[in-house]
Amino acid sequence: MAQCGACTVQLNGVATRACQTPVSSVGNAAITTIEGLSPDGSHPVQRAWMELDVPQCGYCQAGQIMAASALLAKKPRPSEADIDEAMNGNLCRCATYLRIREGIHRAVQLAATGGAR
Amino acid sequence: MTSTLPVSRRSFLRVTAIAGGGMLIASYVQPIADLAALTGSLEDFTPNAFIKIGADGSVTITAKNPEIGQGVKTMLPMIIADELGVDWKAVKVEQGLFDPVAYGRQAAGGSTATPTNWDNHRRVGAAARQMLIAAAALTWGTPADECSAASGIVTHRPSGRKLTYGALAAKAATLAVPDLATVTLKDPKDFTIIGTPQKGVDTPSIVTGKPIFSIDVKVPGMLFAVFQKCPVFGGKVKSANLDVVTAQPGVKHAFVVEQVGTSLGGLLGGVAVVADSWWLAKQAREKLEVTWDEGPTASHSSVEYARKAAELAQGPAARSLRKDGDVDAALKGAAKTVEAAYFYPFLSHATLEPQNCTASFSNGKLELWAPTQTPANGRQLVAQALGIAETDITIHLVRGGGGFGRRLSNDYLVEAAWIAKTIGVPVKLLWTREDDMAHDFYRPAGFHFFKGGVDGEGKIIAWRHHFVTFGEGDRPGSSAGIQPTEFPSRFIPNFELGTSFLPLGVPTGALRAPGSNGLAFVFHSFIDELAHAAGKDPVQFRLDLLGDPRMVAEPDGRAGYDAARARGVLEDVAEKSGWGRRKVPKGSGLGVAFHFSHLGYFAEVVEVTVVDAAVKVNKVWVVGDIGSQVINPLNAEHQAQGGALDGLSEAMGQEITIENGRAVQTNFHEYPLLRHTQAPPVEVHFRVTNNPPTGLGEPALPPVIPALCNAIFAATGKRVRSLPLSKEGFRWA
Repeated sequence: MAQCGACTVQLNGVATRACQTPVSSVGNAAITTIEGLSPDGSHPVQRAWMELDVPQCGYCQAGQIMAASALLAKKPRPSEADIDEAMNGNLCRCATYLRIREGIHRAVQLAATGGAR
Repeated sequence: MTSTLPVSRRSFLRVTAIAGGGMLIASYVQPIADLAALTGSLEDFTPNAFIKIGADGSVTITAKNPEIGQGVKTMLPMIIADELGVDWKAVKVEQGLFDPVAYGRQAAGGSTATPTNWDNHRRVGAAARQMLIAAAALTWGTPADECSAASGIVTHRPSGRKLTYGALAAKAATLAVPDLATVTLKDPKDFTIIGTPQKGVDTPSIVTGKPIFSIDVKVPGMLFAVFQKCPVFGGKVKSANLDVVTAQPGVKHAFVVEQVGTSLGGLLGGVAVVADSWWLAKQAREKLEVTWDEGPTASHSSVEYARKAAELAQGPAARSLRKDGDVDAALKGAAKTVEAAYFYPFLSHATLEPQNCTASFSNGKLELWAPTQTPANGRQLVAQALGIAETDITIHLVRGGGGFGRRLSNDYLVEAAWIAKTIGVPVKLLWTREDDMAHDFYRPAGFHFFKGGVDGEGKIIAWRHHFVTFGEGDRPGSSAGIQPTEFPSRFIPNFELGTSFLPLGVPTGALRAPGSNGLAFVFHSFIDELAHAAGKDPVQFRLDLLGDPRMVAEPDGRAGYDAARARGVLEDVAEKSGWGRRKVPKGSGLGVAFHFSHLGYFAEVVEVTVVDAAVKVNKVWVVGDIGSQVINPLNAEHQAQGGALDGLSEAMGQEITIENGRAVQTNFHEYPLLRHTQAPPVEVHFRVTNNPPTGLGEPALPPVIPALCNAIFAATGKRVRSLPLSKEGFRWA
């Protein structure tokens, strides 16, 4: 149904809903899941998320992080409108939206000041 | 919610040596000898400890309650760690097994973790500290009161000698345990962890995608199940094409399950489909054809409920809950009267992780892995349905992807257990989103009919309230009742409250801030109407209603309502939001409300701008009074923000409608959650008062809904008397 975005992964760096993506359609595209974002949780988005303690229940956060990291890979300095567009399909039932937005801004800073990748 | 006793100062401590020189501190609700008798011998008794100190100085603290995102897995161990006298960064937190004999009440509900554990968790930590100090004093031959403990080290103050907890643990394990009732607690000014912002202990696992949720549980050899119930609540299977389903790829079992008992909260009738993978089970279910006996609820509908409620409102309430003064006379003498009918709909909990449970049954023993909020109830329900002893059931508490009250009900546990016992193979039952929305224990809809009057000075002198809700006989449905002491009861001299019931049929239950999430909306919206009728400022009108800062209670002291605390948060939120001091542009407005629930007092102001019915919430201000100590200020802010935003989400777009005895909405396209672009900033303040610390999962939610609706009135002049707002023509900007 692609209603919540919790299953978001990246196909060739593009945020994609796994629940709507048959394996047969993937071909040779590179699939990145939350486990593959960094070997040790050091991706700037992950570091920002830990720093701000973004999650509450945490169930949606893998999808939020994959959507946010796909955005930053494409636009290292996203505008508020870019964030709105990239993130609005990812629901958070605990409503951690304020910290997710703050986390994206913090990840931009971390990446700019020599963060991994 | 559970029948087990809380761990209290009357609990019993036990200390045990562990291999290699460490110690375990466990606490029990019965004398240890009684427990040993149950298990055969004291030696065979394996304690589930609160605190484990290794010879290497490692400190492990058990988090006993279910974690569903409310932050207890971090908050409760913080309390023990502070009194124990260790550094938080040195503590490893482990989720406790369900073991109410060791841990007392283990439940997530009612924002109760703080008020019911604040004292006893402090005592458990302090007792361990006292034993470690005693061990050091014994080693040095010095009086214990010359020693103090901090950061996992005991220091003999006169000589400056030091010993680590790791070095002391083996000796401490041989000492007599202190009486929990008399251990010396820290002076709050000496807290080093309590009151400091601490991140969630599972946050690193969450952001790296570790499989920590119930949906991630794997048991060797397990199969996967889906369970098709009748879309009409309580319907039964007449017949099903099991042969067709069984022939589908990967399907191992397909069978009919009969309802056990009559409760909609237990095992309902349906068809279980078990396969090698969950996807194959789900695919096979799509071939399933069932003929249902839909039962009596098939004739129920939201339209019919509304029609009956309006009809009931024409007459007097069937039951009188409270009658103070003379409402008729007061209304006759009132300077202004207002009459209004309010409505709020059924709501679904819509946890983002759908209901799921993994079950393994062998040799008469059952093991469950589940995100249940009430494992004690779950174990009892499963034992009764399966006809096995509660002592033969083990429940692993697994992090839940949200709870919000949905997982107070254990229907999905009993389904998984039944399927596992039937097939004799471990199984994971996972509901689809559609199953979840179709089979919830919904926040009950409510119909409220008011008549109120203000006198010439603008004070409320009359209030008549007829609440049409769901129930049977004299009992309201789950979370469908109201207390006769609910504010503004006792603050208005001529006051009547009565209820009438619509028939039960739709299963109802507690949704975050149950009762309050609907009542706050209707009360503070109607109070706002009276304020405007009286021509008074809405904040001042409410302060006048609260009156002198005093405790208002029943003659026996029960159901106290502290007008001073309510005034405190209301005055603070007015101050923080610039109420009355700021000019807002045309089309914008501020709304206010307060509410007391789950022992917490919260007042909130919402500022909106409304253009052509498109609502933009510019900001929300929250002031809460949860007593003398905010234990984890970081999570406290998060819970208050989340609660307020959850309320906005409910108010704008959420409604479960019933047609032909079934829920109409199936997924988030029909049941919208708040999104990124719709979430306003939420400024949170806590007012510290000299009251015992209380919980925070719920009480920030209720006031935001009337504050939003009152703000819309201030901005547009349109009074919202029915939710959701989307049905009143509004949408998010």
